[in-house]
Amino acid sequence: MATGNELIASGDYIKHHLQNLTYGQNPDTGVWELAHTAQEAKDMGFMAFHLDTLGVSFVLGVFFLFFFYRIGKKMTADTPSGAQNFIESIIEFIDENVRGSFNGKNPMVAPLALTTFIWIILMNTMDLVPVDWLPYLAQQVGVFFGADPHHVFFKVVPTTDPNATFGMSIGIFFLILYYSIKEKGAGGFAAELLFHPFGKMMLPFNLFLEGVNLIAKPVSLALRLFGNMYAGEMIFILIALLPFWIQWSLSLPWAIFHILIVLLQAFIFMTLVIVYMDMAHQKDEH
Amino acid sequence: MNINLTMIGQLIMFAMFTWFCMKFIWPPIVAAMDERKKRIESGLIAAERGLSEHKEAQQKAQEMLNQSKDQAAEIIANAGRQASTMVEDAKDVASQEADRIKAHAQAEIEQEANRARNKLKDQVSDLVMQGVNSVLAKEVDAKTHKDMLGKLSQTL
Repeated sequence: MATGNELIASGDYIKHHLQNLTYGQNPDTGVWELAHTAQEAKDMGFMAFHLDTLGVSFVLGVFFLFFFYRIGKKMTADTPSGAQNFIESIIEFIDENVRGSFNGKNPMVAPLALTTFIWIILMNTMDLVPVDWLPYLAQQVGVFFGADPHHVFFKVVPTTDPNATFGMSIGIFFLILYYSIKEKGAGGFAAELLFHPFGKMMLPFNLFLEGVNLIAKPVSLALRLFGNMYAGEMIFILIALLPFWIQWSLSLPWAIFHILIVLLQAFIFMTLVIVYMDMAHQKDEH
Repeated sequence: MNINLTMIGQLIMFAMFTWFCMKFIWPPIVAAMDERKKRIESGLIAAERGLSEHKEAQQKAQEMLNQSKDQAAEIIANAGRQASTMVEDAKDVASQEADRIKAHAQAEIEQEANRARNKLKDQVSDLVMQGVNSVLAKEVDAKTHKDMLGKLSQTL
């Protein structure tokens, strides 16, 4: 790491790893194409897709649903198989959490919690795949189709893309709004925003406070998950810059520690979703 | 790290996954688990009932055993009593029979003795008559004396 060239190389390496494979509308030509550089991707603005984030999360989500669906179809009330046992323990865990935190009656909350929990776990777990494997594979595929290997980006962990975490948390936000209005009525929900916590006299202040409170829910959900996973991924990338014979001594402990983060972040996300849904369903607090 | 349409895509994907999960995954799994719960519950209740029934049956069996033991003892006691009375009866009958036989024998003996005594008396009187005849051949009227002696022999 002594020479300037190497420093630039490692900087490029990190930047390359943190760039999504972006498919979007080129602002200059108006053509939909893959971005060749980070700058190009940035210039595409909002009219672009991260193919890696969408692809990986889609594959993982389908894998989760397919696995659970197959076992669910073969469910038996007799002696369960190993896979069924595994799934039942997860379901029981989710159910217990929902029953503990959610007091309303809504058959959607438990499946929602299950989906968030498993999907996030799977997406986070992609962090444990060695950082260069899948990007390298993507590069080879890109080269096969005639692309410059330096222009093939591939960010493996969907949850290190704020688009993924915000996509989920905005979905949760819509559900919060929907169920708040459905359960409390539009008036009840407005009253909660306007006359709480300080009564009618402090209406603007109340609105500000409650508004921040409401907006903070999806933002904190998304940023917490994104921040944790991004930081973890960053450290894996930094470890990958070390000489190969020393990497294991850091990456192994970090990977072991990261298993905890993977599960913990998924669990926190799920628990907060349940809690937010519970708050949206509480009618007679005021 | 650009925010773009990916976010909308993820939102749609999330909604679809959740819908699928709610529609096709959660219900059958929970239904099967509930059914198993019910089955285990009823199984436990049945086991408990079986246990109490078993206990009851054991108690009944013990009672029956005790009863039959009592009955057996009674029967044995009865049998012993009957046997002893039978022995007593047999003894009585035997001793009566013995007494009867003895009495009969005694009577027979007495009769025989009397007969022998009478015969002896006759013979003695005959002998006496012969002796008296030979001693007192002339003076004695055989017929009168014979009557006299006959009367005498009667008194013996």
